[in-house]
Amino acid sequence: MTGFKRNTISNKGTQPMKNFRRNFLKLSAGACAAAAGLLQTGAAWAAPWNKTGFESKAAVDAQNSLGASSLIDSKDITITAPDIAENGAIVPVAITSKIPNTQSISIIAEKNPFPLAASFDISAGGEAYVSTRLKMGQTSNVRAIVKADGKFYTAIKEVKVTVGGCG
Amino acid sequence: MAEPMKIRATLQNGIADVRILMRHPMETGTRKTASGVVPVHFIQSVIVEHNGKTVLDAQWSQAISRDPFLGLRIKGAKAGDKISVTWTDNKGDKRSDEVAVSAGS
Repeated sequence: MTGFKRNTISNKGTQPMKNFRRNFLKLSAGACAAAAGLLQTGAAWAAPWNKTGFESKAAVDAQNSLGASSLIDSKDITITAPDIAENGAIVPVAITSKIPNTQSISIIAEKNPFPLAASFDISAGGEAYVSTRLKMGQTSNVRAIVKADGKFYTAIKEVKVTVGGCG
Repeated sequence: MAEPMKIRATLQNGIADVRILMRHPMETGTRKTASGVVPVHFIQSVIVEHNGKTVLDAQWSQAISRDPFLGLRIKGAKAGDKISVTWTDNKGDKRSDEVAVSAGS
């Protein structure tokens, strides 16, 4: 955007005028970028990215970052993932929760360098179902943590990885 | 810049089955090439909206596969409803695409 403006203006005007205009444009471009930055923090980040969680190296730290210090084992959570994944770079994982008022679903691959892979906030219009594909470094438990009515429920499934997908 | 997403939204018994395929390298920051470590570059946030209302707000780490896939289901959808998807990566790149829900068989 800024490049385009500068190019169109640079053919016009005398030298000092050109410089003035350039500086003015630079300033306004800066202001524009700042405004975009503000918008980004306000609009796109509906929920702030869970930096602590995504950067923690132990599954238990990742779990605590979600506020889930105590977990309830639940049979109402279904993890659909292969028993053996030949390629750790693409492990399809789908999670369905039958717990009423499911608010969020998080996926933790316990032995990954950064175990927390994803967390999904689900609004009223969405079904408690998500499906995605993970990278997994080695054979590990995949844990789903479901938040419903302020409580945390969990289920695990072991996925054996033949070739790791983190290299 | 970011390449377009492929989005398919099909109606099944009042529930829209949405499948999204994004184009993104999803670099973990640990992969090495001859010229050194490839810097970390991944989608951090994906927001799915149904007729302008957020239904899914996803936060991702670099553990999501390259060219990410996301599947979800939206209740109370009708044919022609707008589904829009926006992702943002750790470098601030963004991409937004929209489709209409198609009537399923």
